[in-house]
Amino acid sequence: MFGLTALELARIQFGFTVSFHIVFPAITIGLASYLVVLEGLWLTRKDPVYRDLYHFWSTIFAVNFAMGVVSGLVMAYEFGTNWSFFSAFAGPITGPLLAYEVLTAFFLEAGFLGVALFGWNKVGPGLHFFATAMVALGTLISTTWILASNSWMQTPQGFEIVDGRVVPVDWLKVIFNPSFPYRFAHMTIAAFLSTALFVGASGAWHLLRGNDNKRTRKMFSMAMWMVLAVAPVQIVVGDAHGLNTLEHQPAKIAAMEGHWRNKPGEGVPLILFGIPDMETEQTRYSIEIPRLGSIILTHSLSGQFKGLAEFERRDRPNSLVLFWSFRVMVGLGMLMLLLGALGLFLRWRGQLFENRIFLRFAAVMGPSGLIALLAGWYTTEIGRQPWVVYGVMRTEDAVSNHSALALSLTLVIFVVVYFSVFGLGVSYMLKLVGKGPLETDHTATPREQGQSPRPSRPLSAAPDNVDPIPGRKDK
Amino acid sequence: MGIDLPLLWAIIIGVGLMMYVVMDGFDLGIGILFPFVADRADRDTMVNSVAPVWDGNETWLVFGGAAMLAAFPIAYSVILSALYLPLILMLVGLIWRGVAFEFRFKADEGHKGLWDKAFACGSYTATFCQGVSLGAFIDGFKVEGGAYAGGLLDWLSPFSVFTGIGLLLAYALLGATWLVMKTEGDLQRKMRKISLRFVPMLLVAIFIVSLWTPFSHPAIAQRWFSFPNVVFLAPVPILVVLATWALSKTLSSESHALPFVLTLMILFLGYSGLAISMWPNIVPPGISIWEAASPPQSLGFALVGALFIIPFIMAYTAWSYYVFRGKVRAGEGYH
Repeated sequence: MFGLTALELARIQFGFTVSFHIVFPAITIGLASYLVVLEGLWLTRKDPVYRDLYHFWSTIFAVNFAMGVVSGLVMAYEFGTNWSFFSAFAGPITGPLLAYEVLTAFFLEAGFLGVALFGWNKVGPGLHFFATAMVALGTLISTTWILASNSWMQTPQGFEIVDGRVVPVDWLKVIFNPSFPYRFAHMTIAAFLSTALFVGASGAWHLLRGNDNKRTRKMFSMAMWMVLAVAPVQIVVGDAHGLNTLEHQPAKIAAMEGHWRNKPGEGVPLILFGIPDMETEQTRYSIEIPRLGSIILTHSLSGQFKGLAEFERRDRPNSLVLFWSFRVMVGLGMLMLLLGALGLFLRWRGQLFENRIFLRFAAVMGPSGLIALLAGWYTTEIGRQPWVVYGVMRTEDAVSNHSALALSLTLVIFVVVYFSVFGLGVSYMLKLVGKGPLETDHTATPREQGQSPRPSRPLSAAPDNVDPIPGRKDK
Repeated sequence: MGIDLPLLWAIIIGVGLMMYVVMDGFDLGIGILFPFVADRADRDTMVNSVAPVWDGNETWLVFGGAAMLAAFPIAYSVILSALYLPLILMLVGLIWRGVAFEFRFKADEGHKGLWDKAFACGSYTATFCQGVSLGAFIDGFKVEGGAYAGGLLDWLSPFSVFTGIGLLLAYALLGATWLVMKTEGDLQRKMRKISLRFVPMLLVAIFIVSLWTPFSHPAIAQRWFSFPNVVFLAPVPILVVLATWALSKTLSSESHALPFVLTLMILFLGYSGLAISMWPNIVPPGISIWEAASPPQSLGFALVGALFIIPFIMAYTAWSYYVFRGKVRAGEGYH
């Protein structure tokens, strides 16, 4: 299809399915912790606004969680169907980590999710809060396992190769590999930030529509505090992650910066804009700031780091893609910083909820966290190329022997099914968001509030009177 | 270490897959039965009967995939790449029906028919693909140097298409007897009738598969028909025949739960027969569980988590079935 090789198609297919998947867990991680904060505030301050927000966001959490589980089902098999040589080679390490991730997720669903979603009036407030906190903890433990696996592929250690496959020697070294702490911090904060931007945009949208009440104000205000606090932290963590990458995967950094070769004794400029050309080994039309690259990456004025031309051609990741995906992420990060700062300024001026230009800005920024998150993942994953396990196994040696035709066919099926299925899921979620948090009578259980009684499953926590197909009026 | 870790993992994954076949089997069966039931209220009752438990059933499938990668990476890589197309279609079918199942409850009346069709289509696709994969698995895979060396369509054979149809029948019967147990009145009568029609068909299908398999695989024939195996293994086919006979008797009687239990038994016997034929291979025809296993460091590490968490999942599963025991009535869900 489109003259792509089987390897490229396999990568596109995996990238497509995992991109759809990652969006849902990211919001799950963020919302789970947000729910803990809301319930904690409700228990300590007894202000009903927190309780109402808890119930509003917990239904959206439920739908989102279900989408994450469904899209995750495919991931558990795709390693074998698409990357069979990788599975046979690295399975002894990535397999157990993935199994732990699955077990944690199920344990969470089996144990605490039901109580958190359906137990508001069935168990005491202390136990319910405990269940909510355990759900949040579970999402973070799940994150730990999956990122340990991914980070091991980026910076592998703690293993030896016996009979053509990896054998774990030291599990602690495998899990706590050099890039893991940075990736974990960067991803968890990205999930929090994406959720804050999503919640903030929901609040802004309601305020713009005149749905101005205590609840929408509260959620907007909380989200803006969160963006203000977390966006700068993320930039610092991202910088540390970058230095870690420079140490372990210098080719990735060189490609991200469009940096080809050093000039003797001179600092490396930061290229703001340019079009890296893999063939001619240069970045065309570049707009540079002298020495800034050195300052960011070596924290000195004339420090140097390896240029991409110093690596063998076959060891180079695609600079054109990385240069831009990285800039999309950083650019959005800067806009988030601006949003947080403007929010603080308007709050000080007492106009946080009234300034319509700012509210529009916040609404437009709703998906920015998720876009930045995806751009970041593209940067780190495409930057790992041409390796699947960095320095150990090449991606071309990992891919199953499927023909381009077979991969094109399944890719088309995935695209059609994913866009219709998850498109509807997201549309349903947005419809729920569009209803806004209500002031509800909490003596009735959620089930008694116009719900045909089908407990236990995440999606049955969401109301039945909202049709998932877009554009329809509510019943 | 004195423990045979690959064996232990083979048992864990075997039990996990059996749990999956049994539990997702009847709710896939509900979808397969949809074209035979036109009445909207009946369909609602059918769906309500599995609503509280269906999503838990699929967790075993995810666990099976991850556990296989951890414990038997070679089997995982060979089988999954050999069954690329049927597995992808199965996953797509499962996603499609899962979403249709949930949104069916939430859709406007005008949209319900659409979701019903999607639910039935997804159920047929997923089941047929599972059956085809099963047939292809029995037939074995072409392996060279520890990797799959066959083509894209090697899984497609008259035998695998037949096992695909066989599994459709098996799940349909499982679903129908489940509904005999969970419903009353007209719908129950209807399900008894449908079950009675499916029983002989399934028996014939089992019979054909049981002969086809040893005739095309001498090693399997050797396992079953050589002395003294033939004596020790004879109870399996005899019990199948007895269970089927009892099943048609109980379907004609007033019994509510027995038909479902007997169908489960037939499936369990079929599964055991499969295990007997394949043992000790995990990638037929030539790779055993010990050859395909991860190193002990990996098996042991993952085992800790599995032994700690699986009992919780089992207990929770048992509890949720217990809570939703009893009949589902039309127009009402669970209270």
